[in-house]
Amino acid sequence: MKLRIWRNNQLAAWKPNVWDVVVLLLVFAILVLLAHGAGQMATPYRLGDRLPISLSTKYLPAYALRTTLRMFIALFASLLFTFLLGSLAAKNKHAERIIIPIIDILQSIPVLAYLSITVVVFIALFPNSLLGPECAAIFAIFTGQAWNMFLGFYQCLKNVPHDLREASAMFQLSAWQKFWRVEVPFAMPSLIWNTMMSMSASWFFITASEAIAVNNQNILLPGIGSYIGVAIMHMNKAAIGYAILTMLIIILLYDQLLFRPLIVWSEKFKAEENEGKQKPGSLIISLLRRTRLFYYVGQVFSIFADGVINYRAGKKLAKIKLARPKKSKLTPIIIYAWYIIVLFSCLAITTFLIRYIFKTLTLHETLYVMKLGCYTTIRIVILLSLCMVVWVPVGVWIGLRPRVAQIAQPIAQFFAAFPANLLFPIVVIIIFKYKLNVNIWTSPLIILGSQWYILFNVIAGTTALPKELMQVATNFGLKKWLWWKRFILPGIFPYLVTGAITATGGAWNATIIAEIVHWGSTTLKASGLGAYIAEVTATGDFPRVALGIAMMCIFVLIFNHLVWRPLYKLAEERFQI
Amino acid sequence: MTDLIAVQKIKKVFRKDPSQELLVLDDINFAVHEGEIVALLGRSGSGKSTLLRIIAGLIKPSEGQIFYRGEPIFGPVPGITMVFQHFALMPWLTVLQNVELGLEALGVSRKERRQRALKALDNIGLDGFESAFPKELSGGMRQRVGIARALVVNPDVLLMDEPFSALDVLTADNLRGDLLDLWAKEENAKNGILLVTHNIEEAIFLADRVVILDGSPGIIRDQLEVKLPHPRDEQSAEFRRLVDHVYTLMTTETVEEAAQVIDLGYRFPDASVSELSGLIERIAEEQVEHEDKPVDLPKIADEFSLDVDDLLPLTEVLDILHFAQEAGGDIKLTAAGKHFAEADILDRKKIFAKHLLEYVPLVKFIHTELTKSYNQRISKKSILDALEDYLSESDAERILKIVIEWGRYAELFAYDDKTGELNMENPE
Repeated sequence: MKLRIWRNNQLAAWKPNVWDVVVLLLVFAILVLLAHGAGQMATPYRLGDRLPISLSTKYLPAYALRTTLRMFIALFASLLFTFLLGSLAAKNKHAERIIIPIIDILQSIPVLAYLSITVVVFIALFPNSLLGPECAAIFAIFTGQAWNMFLGFYQCLKNVPHDLREASAMFQLSAWQKFWRVEVPFAMPSLIWNTMMSMSASWFFITASEAIAVNNQNILLPGIGSYIGVAIMHMNKAAIGYAILTMLIIILLYDQLLFRPLIVWSEKFKAEENEGKQKPGSLIISLLRRTRLFYYVGQVFSIFADGVINYRAGKKLAKIKLARPKKSKLTPIIIYAWYIIVLFSCLAITTFLIRYIFKTLTLHETLYVMKLGCYTTIRIVILLSLCMVVWVPVGVWIGLRPRVAQIAQPIAQFFAAFPANLLFPIVVIIIFKYKLNVNIWTSPLIILGSQWYILFNVIAGTTALPKELMQVATNFGLKKWLWWKRFILPGIFPYLVTGAITATGGAWNATIIAEIVHWGSTTLKASGLGAYIAEVTATGDFPRVALGIAMMCIFVLIFNHLVWRPLYKLAEERFQI
Repeated sequence: MTDLIAVQKIKKVFRKDPSQELLVLDDINFAVHEGEIVALLGRSGSGKSTLLRIIAGLIKPSEGQIFYRGEPIFGPVPGITMVFQHFALMPWLTVLQNVELGLEALGVSRKERRQRALKALDNIGLDGFESAFPKELSGGMRQRVGIARALVVNPDVLLMDEPFSALDVLTADNLRGDLLDLWAKEENAKNGILLVTHNIEEAIFLADRVVILDGSPGIIRDQLEVKLPHPRDEQSAEFRRLVDHVYTLMTTETVEEAAQVIDLGYRFPDASVSELSGLIERIAEEQVEHEDKPVDLPKIADEFSLDVDDLLPLTEVLDILHFAQEAGGDIKLTAAGKHFAEADILDRKKIFAKHLLEYVPLVKFIHTELTKSYNQRISKKSILDALEDYLSESDAERILKIVIEWGRYAELFAYDDKTGELNMENPE
């Protein structure tokens, strides 16, 4: 183990090697591309203008670039949101009481709904520029990403080990130092994992976010999402194939260039090494490690980070040293005022909503929407059960074979990232061709994207089962049903519940694009809450949009509190190994 | 000469809700002088870790005041650092970065930080491990990093929270020696160490003064000067005499304790049936060998490498159940205890059941309630409710758990975790 920091004087002796050149080229290429894409965003635009989207393949790389750029801008915003609000919620209990329920509700609001509300605002903010619709699209992508990153980060901050907290208090780290030296590093693995999840989620809604078709607007922002939208409109199967291929390549690229290296890097943030498990590897990391230049770039970066983290540290220390902590008399007043404001805003919003919705709508319609909600719920429950019947045995089979698991696990994760809605046209064609029942046969689309969470959680659960237990099961000759009932099912229960919760969350959100699908001029519509919301959003019928969204929120919340919370608790208390 | 640390009239009450208060520390007074190593010795539950955290400024006392060099303190201060039981190293920082952490908080420049950290690592024998991550190191090495991290800021007072208890015996021995060597250096002559431990021998090996905490609520039982020169020989007669003396201090009942009636809310310590029977067997063997003389507790502790923390709860329960009598650091089986040692499994259960019903009011209570109830079932909750007048919620849970284990073993009653019910039937 050589001490690297003592090589200060070697910068003069630096000679580039082949790998330096390769990496430099890579970096420059990325920079140029990003600059180009960003330049395109601010072009002039007037409401009503039609932006031509060409189905020619030669535009695809440019579209792909712009879509990726939007996603990363949204990702950056989500990260900022996560850091700011996550720490606020974790550290201030008064803010926490409000923020957490709000996020809980916000995450059950479908992405499309945000779009319909914000697009007008953003266009008004940036008149005569494409920035307006761009911002609306980015905001829609942001709403698909931010919530789960926020919740993951907040959970981590609440769970920072007690002794690490005490150690940082003992050594008197400032709040700023503590944030970067303790809290962010502790949350890092979960943050990266959730970021990957968020990226997948935003791919899922990319068509809806880019081809803005709400409030009778029809804006097609140049990007893959619009490309797919237009391809579907023109029933161009070849174009859809190209789009799928492009997406595959992009997902692969950023997986290799960004997430793989991040995962490898985040291994160091884990408290214990996973013994026996294969460590993730990354081509890029190996490449970077071979370059000399990047070692020095890393050094410069670490000096810079050091400066930022320790900025002004120690200057205030003398003052806090022996001071008796003072309690301001104002504090309780501010707290009371805060709660009173919250209470009144709640009352005001409720009154407003009820008046707004029922001014144009009847109780009859409300009941009708509730019925639609029930249909959708039934659909989700049935599909979820079907998925479990299929994927639990498959997952267990894979999990019991470590070699297969090593190959299958990344594939399952990749499928989860892949936007399943691209496969919708195929289903539409089949339904149309064989005249199948729309209410039944569009349903699988809901679960198409999120079923993988069940699969890879089951695989993970099975691999995590202690070897001894497995040997005991074999030793006592547990067979068939008994083996499932007494060993496997209880063993993987916590993982299964986690997988099912994630899958259901995805399914609710997916209903909006899965219950109503288009192929050319053909529209297939199942009766359900998702289809209802999609329809009223398209025409900008705000009272009905509000009704639909409120109804979905209520359904999701009820489902979560009545089904998932108890199951999760049970899993934690009884089946944790 | 002002004291480094002065602890004055410290009282700590943990309050879950207004109706439930738990007094953990009562009227604690002592001081740490310059150049002195003080050990705070106590059983688990005596509040010694809480006391250390109050001195560190991590927890606020309910009453009383901590003075550092004559100034009252209200939170962590520069000059006082701490070594943690489970190291508390940041897993994402290298050994060197971990040691630098305290200096970063002080705003020391990058260059000076590095120099001081490297020197501290060198002193504790971690040269060559600078770029390793904590997870690559063994427990002993990690605690070395913990010590280096605490010493690098040149503290006046080093607080240590059971620093060697998570290590194996050999490693702990080795590290204790190294700590003393490091401490003997001139620059540390005026500094102080306050060490929390439940290991009597460790306290006597390291400390110039041992402060014995006892009971719940924790009070200072006694203070003991250790005047042996370093390095101390654990086998020397003088050392053993001190160990015996501390044992006696810790096991002798105070007047109040002797007067305490064992009632429904008696706070039984954790003691499992298998540990109790194991101990009875061992004492019986020893008594047979030595013509029925009382058995020396330190000897038993040494033989099983048990800390006072593990051993004293067991002897206390044996005493209450009238299986043995302890006095002055010795223990002797009663006739019932001997009978138990010789009996087979089923007879043991019967003897145990008889003694439980006779000497543990809570078992008696549960038994009576069960016989009274029409279907011979009662919920665990109803018993917890009955205990509410005597104990805090968590204590009631803990004690009921122990007592249920005893009752199950003695086949006095059965318990179904799913329904949370106690019953008199045999389980299916």
